Amino acid sequence: MNIKEDFPLLKNRNIAYLDSGATTQKPIQVINAIKEYYEKNNSNPHRGAYTLSQETTEIYEETRKKIAKFINARYSEEIIFTKNATESLNLIAYSYGMNTLKENDKIVLSIMEHHSNIVPWQKISKQTGAKLEYMYINENFEISDEEIEKKITKETKIVGITHVSNVLGTINNIQKIIKIAHKNGAKVIVDASQSIQHMKIDVQELDADFLVFSAHKMLAPMGLGILYGKKEILNNMPPFLMGGDMIEYVHEQDTTFAPLPNKFEAGTQNVEAVVGLGTAIDYLENIGYEKIQEIEQELTKYAIEKLKKLEFINLYLTPNTKNHTSVISFNIKGIHPHDVASILDANGVCIRSGNHCAQPLMRFLNIDSTCRVSLYIYNTKEDIDKLVVALEKAYNMFKKYIK
Amino acid sequence: MEDLTDVYNELIMEHSMNSYNKKHLEKADYEEIGHNPNCGDEITLELKLNNNIIEDMSFTGHGCAISQASTSIMIDTLKGKTVEEAKEIIETFIKMIKREETNDENLKKLEDAICFKNVSNMPARVKCALLAWHTIEKILQEKNIKR
Repeated sequence: MNIKEDFPLLKNRNIAYLDSGATTQKPIQVINAIKEYYEKNNSNPHRGAYTLSQETTEIYEETRKKIAKFINARYSEEIIFTKNATESLNLIAYSYGMNTLKENDKIVLSIMEHHSNIVPWQKISKQTGAKLEYMYINENFEISDEEIEKKITKETKIVGITHVSNVLGTINNIQKIIKIAHKNGAKVIVDASQSIQHMKIDVQELDADFLVFSAHKMLAPMGLGILYGKKEILNNMPPFLMGGDMIEYVHEQDTTFAPLPNKFEAGTQNVEAVVGLGTAIDYLENIGYEKIQEIEQELTKYAIEKLKKLEFINLYLTPNTKNHTSVISFNIKGIHPHDVASILDANGVCIRSGNHCAQPLMRFLNIDSTCRVSLYIYNTKEDIDKLVVALEKAYNMFKKYIK
Repeated sequence: MEDLTDVYNELIMEHSMNSYNKKHLEKADYEEIGHNPNCGDEITLELKLNNNIIEDMSFTGHGCAISQASTSIMIDTLKGKTVEEAKEIIETFIKMIKREETNDENLKKLEDAICFKNVSNMPARVKCALLAWHTIEKILQEKNIKR
């Protein structure tokens, strides 16, 4: 199976693309599906009484069902289309958090959350008087069972947890977190943005109350996020954005709202991205998670072995490989990550450098920023070899100036 | 692929890794923090004026080689200049980085700071090179942060 062959960008550009945690490249199947949609189907779903629009409605709603099945949601109306994972999290914060939290309730997050699962809760916390607390990581860059049990208490009403850290690649024990949270009467929001492209998600087995992810990090287009929520919770939440297609009756002063899922989908949606996501799911299912993990684990093992041999590198990595995906953060001692990234770029290697939208985690680790490599199924050992050569080049350029 | 040794040259490397301008001033008249939220680079500029002349400057903080060297070389360039001269140099530097000024004759007044010319070919690093210059610009425009 030559997966790289399916990705035109990787054939057109002579680069080692090692930033799939930021966004994945798109397979030709997804690109063609979107092209075909525009050439044969383009119209506004839910609006037209003509066949073309009805067909688009069908494509749109069938994809919703496909996504529901993909994450094993009980009902397809539990799948809400948003602009991105950030909007999904804001929807939960504003529609659920703002209306249920009271003074002295607790919102518990992990220190490795992306800003998108922190900043909305700061706003909700300030407005409701609920307290914001964090679960911290141990020397293995993991949240221990003791930390989970210590922080999630009877006062906790909401727990926000990323399934996989976008900086550390740590896979959090969300099964345990959800169990403890439910025992204490709290609802759990799982950010699956960095996990769903790597591992099977079953929302019923997890018993997650909410789960969010982004289409563009799983081979599909940008501009589309998914919100999963349990039907009974979503039904009791007020709408987030107001406008067309989310209404039942609109009078001069008042409006009644549409049922799920339309209640949360105001305005014309990103239908071509939904089409792309449907095809991306077919693509992933065709390869299968077993194979995906096999490819990723082999690549990750190879990359870590190679990086460990470079004596000038600091890795931020759990030693428990079973709790780790294909995200690897590191620093070259004495060289700023932005300089490393520029030199790597000049050598055809794309990595991310910076704080990765995780400033609280950086502060906790007492660093400003890291270099981050994030691997996906289309990467090869040659990509990693290219990375290693470029890192050696960067180090050699700076070596004599490092104090 | 282009070679980056024209950007990471001897002068820039020396200033970024071992700058004699990285210290506190005894008595600064003005102090201002410059911050790039996307990359976390943060510098604090200190400035001592003698009437209309920039008598002394220093910086503290952390960041990439380009932001640190740009800060240090800027200090070398602006020290001893009048506020008016400094403003002109700052404007020219910003224009050079944004590729709005390419005339070598006009760029001469930048002295050593001309070594950042190639950063204009690296859009991702423009804000690193400009951090200190925007910060001093702010001090000279506002001059309202007294210690």
